[in-house]
Amino acid sequence: MTLSIVWFVIVAFFWTGFFVLEGFDFGVGALHKLVGRTDVERRVAINTIGPVWDGNEVWLIVAGAAMFAAFPPWYATWFSALYLALWALLAALIIRGVSFEFRGKFDGTAWRSTWSWTLTIGSVLAPLLIGVGLGDLLVGLPIDADGNFTGTLLDILTPYGLWVGITVLALCLWHGATFLSIRSTGIVLKRSVSLKRSLSIPASLLVIGFGVWTYLVARPGVGGTIALAVPVLATLVAFALVRSEPGAGRAFAATAVAIGGTVAAVFANLYPAVLVSTTDDAYTLTVANSTASSYSLTVMTIVAAVLVPLVLAYQGWTYYVFRARVKGPATPPIAEQAPTG
Amino acid sequence: MDQLDLARIQFASTSIYHFFFVPVTIGLAILVAILHTRWHRSGDPELRRLTRFFGTLMLISISVGAVTGLVQEFQFGMDWSAYSRFVGDVFGAPLAMEGLAAFFLESTFLGLWLFGWNVLPRGVHLFTAWMIPLGACLSALFIIAANSWMQNPRGYTINPDNGRAQLTDIGQVFSNPVFLWGYTHVLLVALIFGGAVLLSVSAWHVRRGNHAPLFRGTAKLGLFVLAVASVLQFPVGGRLGINETNYQPMKIAAAEANWTTCQPCSFSVIQIGGYNQDETPTKIIEIPHLLSILATGTWDGQVQGLSELNTQYNQQYGPGYYVPNVFVQYWSMRAMAYLAVLGFVMGIWGAILLWRRKFEKSRFFLWACTWLILTPFVMATAGWLLTESGRQPWIVQGLMLTSTGLSGSGSAAEVAISLGLVVVLYSTIGVIAAILMVRHARRGLLDEPASSPESTTTGPSVPSLTY
Repeated sequence: MTLSIVWFVIVAFFWTGFFVLEGFDFGVGALHKLVGRTDVERRVAINTIGPVWDGNEVWLIVAGAAMFAAFPPWYATWFSALYLALWALLAALIIRGVSFEFRGKFDGTAWRSTWSWTLTIGSVLAPLLIGVGLGDLLVGLPIDADGNFTGTLLDILTPYGLWVGITVLALCLWHGATFLSIRSTGIVLKRSVSLKRSLSIPASLLVIGFGVWTYLVARPGVGGTIALAVPVLATLVAFALVRSEPGAGRAFAATAVAIGGTVAAVFANLYPAVLVSTTDDAYTLTVANSTASSYSLTVMTIVAAVLVPLVLAYQGWTYYVFRARVKGPATPPIAEQAPTG
Repeated sequence: MDQLDLARIQFASTSIYHFFFVPVTIGLAILVAILHTRWHRSGDPELRRLTRFFGTLMLISISVGAVTGLVQEFQFGMDWSAYSRFVGDVFGAPLAMEGLAAFFLESTFLGLWLFGWNVLPRGVHLFTAWMIPLGACLSALFIIAANSWMQNPRGYTINPDNGRAQLTDIGQVFSNPVFLWGYTHVLLVALIFGGAVLLSVSAWHVRRGNHAPLFRGTAKLGLFVLAVASVLQFPVGGRLGINETNYQPMKIAAAEANWTTCQPCSFSVIQIGGYNQDETPTKIIEIPHLLSILATGTWDGQVQGLSELNTQYNQQYGPGYYVPNVFVQYWSMRAMAYLAVLGFVMGIWGAILLWRRKFEKSRFFLWACTWLILTPFVMATAGWLLTESGRQPWIVQGLMLTSTGLSGSGSAAEVAISLGLVVVLYSTIGVIAAILMVRHARRGLLDEPASSPESTTTGPSVPSLTY
């Protein structure tokens, strides 16, 4: 039972980490057409996340796989319930993922524009859809005694889920803008600074709304309330910081806490349930009734204890290696081959 | 078609497609790391150009492989939720390990390698080049371990309370003979793909005299890897055959269209008909005793027939028809084996040409080498059909039928919509990736920037605009 709680925390940790890291990747992808008007400017924006986006996306895979291993019924019920929404998510992640590689491989205006659009659309749709799915965990789905979803596509699109989706999307955009403002230079930097300011208003309002709505849905105790207070406070801090020029790094840290805290708050308010059934409380999936066996969890705990610190170390090292701001080249490059020297 | 058929088509097609890019990636990652090492040792800038040239092919392959891998990871829950609930305790563990141990490693170090030119110290950069194939090979390791459990479940018990499989011994999962030989098989497949890509592209350039000395070197490397891996597949395939006899006798009996138990058994090289029980086959060529050797490792071994096995399974598992699609089994086994012979023949042919110093002049041989690239794709498709269609009607051999593994929610219409989406998306990106790879391959080595600073100065350099 104790290990089940540990694994609930690990699953929440991977979803949180996914949004802290891939959150700004989504933001940069969605905003790159706005902060960059020319091809070189857009490439500067894309290249700020170039070395890291792929590794960041693995957090999503591991979050899903950790659910599969530690809470098989949770993974099975949630993924099959969200069926068409998840296929839309996969389509978004596919067109977005190949955009990075395909875009630069051919030098044509229409070609580059196409892959800029797929990058934008994929980067907007993905956090929105994942947010809806996370919100549904808390507000509940029609789940029967066998753990099967009995609703239709419309039942997935719960008002609360949509609010979480839009909130997460807004946070990704904002987080992306604060990231660009610490990693870019020149005109791209200037535009991202102005974007992070204008995005601060809708993002803050959405997070406050999320806090209130989640409180009403979950009726949390002290722990859940604190978990909700964290993203709201971080958002307010970030709201203040994006207006001060020298605090770019701190503003980025604040949006990181805001987006991570939002996702973590969903899980904190979900516990001890993992997927609420609106059909009957008795059908709600919980940490206790969905857990894998203690042997399996013990094996996985040992593996995670060894590998997670290692992964954090080398991913952290990547950010250290590529800490310099991305500059455009003095002369526009032909950019025919991906690795330009 | 009902939801089950559509979900099966979806899983089969996305897996086969994904596995076009996986072995290309693993094979090329190993060979690119070898080229990078050669450059690192010699300092020859020409080798650096070669490394980056083949590295770009690897990158295009990785990008499609990664996004389609995500689909595989999610599909278990989406389409096969009953299966996921039943096996999650056992099957989820290697999948989670794959993410933690392999995907993070591969993707993080890919970013470091790709953007690390002129940023990382040279020794560290070489290290990142080797972490990519290590991650890719580990990823295959965990997924084949999980898959092997579906072929030969072990190290588990059935929980009496919920009727689900429960892990009892992780060591058994990773010492499964189906896994040990299956994984060796997959690594050799990756080397065949990598060797074939290297050979195909290099032969094309050698034939045209572009950078002939450089490309002759990579053609030789590719040919060597391809031929050796093809030869090694035969003993490994033999072990896989014996595994099938031990754990999935239906699979090997179907692959031989062997309806009645025989001893000793001859191998049917080619036959027409005999794919249904009441059909008498026209056996065109047969090799005596060979099936006994392949299936049992002995001269006179007995191989059970499909009819006898079906009767036995009816007693053991209840009424039903437990015979997989014999036509698919028979021909996929042969497509794989015969094309592997072709890889070996090309190796001999190339060796003779090299010995007689006619390698660069034999235009027909070089032409054949270029087109040889198509064969691994056919072999990989055949291999998956053989091993997964041969498992039917089971989703987990002896424990769960494919039909009971399907999601309890959803409808045929929903699966049809998603299948349509997959077809459109996968064909589009597949065609684009193929065009980009061929275009890049034909263009050949690009000129390096005039000032190619090989500085290993300390402190952060400005990251290059890579994408």
